[in-house]
Amino acid sequence: MASRPRTLYEKIWDAHVVETRDDGTALIYIDRHLVHEVTSPQAFEALKVAGRPVRRPELTLAVPDHNLPTTARQDANGRPMPIDDPESAAQLAALEVNAPAFGIRYIPATAKEQGIVHVVGPEQGFSLPGTTIVCGDSHTACHGGLGALAFGIGTSEVEHVLATQTLLLQQSKPMEVRVEGDLGPGISAKDLILHIIGRIGAAGGSGYVIEYRGAVFERMTVEERLTVCNMSIEAGARAGLIAPDDTTFAYLKGRPMAPQGAEWDAAVAYWRTLHSDDGAAFAKSVTINAADVEPSVTWGTSPEDVVAIGGRVPSPEDFADESKRVAAQKSLDYMGLVPGTPMTEVPIENVFIGSCTNSRIEDLRAAAAILKGRHKADNVRWAIVVPGSGLVKAQAEDEGLDKVFIDAGFEWREPGCSACLGMNPDKVPPGERCASTSNRNFVGRQGPGARTHLVSPAMAAAAAVTGRLTDVRELV
Amino acid sequence: MQPLTRVEGRAIPLGLKNVDTDIIIPAKWLKTISREGLGAGAFESLRAEPGNVFDDPAYKGAPILIAGDNYGCGSSREHAAWAMLDLGIRVVIAPSFSDIHSGNAVKNGILPVVLPQDAVDRLLEVAREGLEIAVDLEAQTVTTPYQDRFTFQIDPFRRDCLLGGLDEVGLTMARGEAIGGFEAARTAAQPWLMRGTAA
Ligand code: SF4
Repeated sequence: MASRPRTLYEKIWDAHVVETRDDGTALIYIDRHLVHEVTSPQAFEALKVAGRPVRRPELTLAVPDHNLPTTARQDANGRPMPIDDPESAAQLAALEVNAPAFGIRYIPATAKEQGIVHVVGPEQGFSLPGTTIVCGDSHTACHGGLGALAFGIGTSEVEHVLATQTLLLQQSKPMEVRVEGDLGPGISAKDLILHIIGRIGAAGGSGYVIEYRGAVFERMTVEERLTVCNMSIEAGARAGLIAPDDTTFAYLKGRPMAPQGAEWDAAVAYWRTLHSDDGAAFAKSVTINAADVEPSVTWGTSPEDVVAIGGRVPSPEDFADESKRVAAQKSLDYMGLVPGTPMTEVPIENVFIGSCTNSRIEDLRAAAAILKGRHKADNVRWAIVVPGSGLVKAQAEDEGLDKVFIDAGFEWREPGCSACLGMNPDKVPPGERCASTSNRNFVGRQGPGARTHLVSPAMAAAAAVTGRLTDVRELV
Repeated sequence: MQPLTRVEGRAIPLGLKNVDTDIIIPAKWLKTISREGLGAGAFESLRAEPGNVFDDPAYKGAPILIAGDNYGCGSSREHAAWAMLDLGIRVVIAPSFSDIHSGNAVKNGILPVVLPQDAVDRLLEVAREGLEIAVDLEAQTVTTPYQDRFTFQIDPFRRDCLLGGLDEVGLTMARGEAIGGFEAARTAAQPWLMRGTAA
């Protein structure tokens, strides 16, 4: 045991160092690797060309999500529905062939376990506390909600992990985001993380791994913790962490790929050591007062462009730094917003409830609670709910949530990334606004010319009901 | 990957901050199973604007791009690096980069140069005049015809990989014994960690 007090991040890092090079780069062992169709074909191709095998196929799990249409996957006879877009079809087919060819477990599009990689990993117990988890997708940070060191990688790194089960990395610096006090009634984990990103900025966590600390996080469910950690990357941090505790263990116990019996007990005993020691030093520390957090919404095209729902569209002059003024003007032009407009007067034509940030059962429950007995406004043309996995979908249907959504005028879809990114058929039309529970409001993210306002599931439901951005607390 | 030692040429004066990888290459271009041809979709939304720097004949084929803070933030898509490479970009100069994107860039033979904002502002001025800029990885300098000379820092391993055009996967595979030793120790002490999908 090292004598110096260590942060949670440092403990996980230290446990995975295979060797350190003279230049300070470390070869880090990767415990879990998630693979989807978009960022893997070139990696598998490179392995094939070089004649290299996958070192540890059982440590990788493959599932399609990004490209997959969210309409029915099977016809009345149970035959898989063809995929219209030939490029998407080719990419999906490549994963379906590549994964088994390299001995990797593949969850097919029609399986009930299929879903968004970051929903599937925790749900299957594949993602575990204290592990290193990577995926060719930046929202891998999500799994930090279980106390795992999880981060997104590029395709060359996907290839590197497949071939060697390791990555060459420079250690990041530990950063603490400490939240003091309690969130007010009706304030969700999503509101909190948007508020945090607004405070520290889209690059505020660059070079750091964030640990979220404070009683607020201890009281959160695992689902809420996953939402918080998911968006760490939007603050520039490669990963975000919340120390595992009894809530985490209760969530994981009995999941298909979680340890069992005596191994479970040994795992829990180990996981209990995974927290930052008293006196451990963080290279950067930010304190947030929970009482300051209001329902949050974005106005611009960077996730740092956050205001409280009671606020107004800012003016470029509000920003001290020149490059931010220029960026703000560009954002306002793209978003078609006039400075000074109250956020609650911004009309909404589309509502998307889904994505790895907010598509778990609790998210759907929160949205359904607002929609029950209500209907979407007439100016909301398209409202869609996309569960994060087939298992979430089945659970929601057991609870009758699908009926609540359908009665409220929403479409109830099959699991996938859907309108989180404009690469499958679910897109927001050019120039139209979308109240979205996803994680990115970038230019064109939800489709060319689409205007995204990031919100929580309850806030998205509220916007659907009134047809404009709305303080959900007025509807409860 | 192509080795990189010195790059000299015009620089595209983009200057924009928070250029995310959705801007560098939009999602609809990601449906490819190859690394080639992505230049056609590179910076698509910016190129839709009349008078944009990318389509200005003065910067056609320029091997250097100058951007603002937090370049390459957002999605981890390596397609962003492939798209830049396809445009002929070998060096990006910015005050800061996203961690993931700068790693992807290096793995594809693109050099991310971090310089303070005032140095970047100065280089933007020079680039806007259409003058050539020289980036020397061995000397770790950026120089202009006006005798400006800025030095930059780079991680020595990344520098070696770029200079030698090294195959990182091959280098690590050569450490197979060390990795095997690590795995054996883990299998003995914490077997559940090694089970994965076989649990
Ligand atoms: S839901 Fe969106 S952010 Fe999440 S994995 Fe899919 S595309 Fe990425």
